[in-house]
Amino acid sequence: MKEYIGILIILIFANLIALLIVGLSYFLGERKPKKVKLEPYECGMTTIGPARRRISIKYYIFAMLFLIFDIEVLFMYPWAVVTKNLKLFGFIEMFIFIIILLVGYVYVWKKGALEWE
Amino acid sequence: MVPIVFKWIVFLVASLLAIFSAIMMVTRRNPVHSALWLVVTFISLAVLYFLLNATFIAISQIIVYAGAIMMLFLFVIMLIHLEKGPEELKVLGASKIFAIVLTVLLFVEIAVGVYYYRVTTFKPGPMPLGDAKTVGFLLYTNYLFPFEIASILLLVGIVGAVMLAKRRKE
Repeated sequence: MKEYIGILIILIFANLIALLIVGLSYFLGERKPKKVKLEPYECGMTTIGPARRRISIKYYIFAMLFLIFDIEVLFMYPWAVVTKNLKLFGFIEMFIFIIILLVGYVYVWKKGALEWE
Repeated sequence: MVPIVFKWIVFLVASLLAIFSAIMMVTRRNPVHSALWLVVTFISLAVLYFLLNATFIAISQIIVYAGAIMMLFLFVIMLIHLEKGPEELKVLGASKIFAIVLTVLLFVEIAVGVYYYRVTTFKPGPMPLGDAKTVGFLLYTNYLFPFEIASILLLVGIVGAVMLAKRRKE
């Protein structure tokens, strides 16, 4: 437990410093908002419609695949810690695990899901 | 050893923050704001896992839930039509009544569980229980089969994602 106090201290200081920087510029800075100043773009095209539009489903597949391979890597953290004690047995276990997921990876690749059409 | 008072302070802050951000998440109109409050909830839960000595779970909570799953949520929110703005909510529709009944049932269930199992004190597990080393040893010796099955589950997930979102070649 003790070794995690460092994380807490970092969290507290990071938040404090961020608050301090934003807060100081908020209270000390001078603000004279004008209509032109508040526009997102000073020059270029005039805005048409709201910024929130539907994004393509192509992004979703990348998000989904990232999530799955993220979980795959998560299984490797505890394995990496104990792999010295498990010796060859642990290696073979992880090998089977990776091979099964490699099938999925090859499937994704062959289907062309990693390409942006 | 960390003084117990300090632990209590961290526990109180984390649990109150979790409850507060959960309420904020439910009450926000803007779905993106809801999603960001949910991140705060997940991180406070990770702190609670830390306090229970389940450090590996805590780190996975941050990496997978606060990171990857929240990203997926945001993507889904952006996939849905949002330019219309939030619809005017009915005062009391049939689905709302159903939701209220379900929520009350769930609350009663949790309350009964807490009452009968006497979860009255905040008790961390034995020290070497939730760290990566212990989890690793258990997962790769005793629970070997579930671990390998998990890879099949992930494989099904991959195929499902591709099938759902990939345009088929004509």
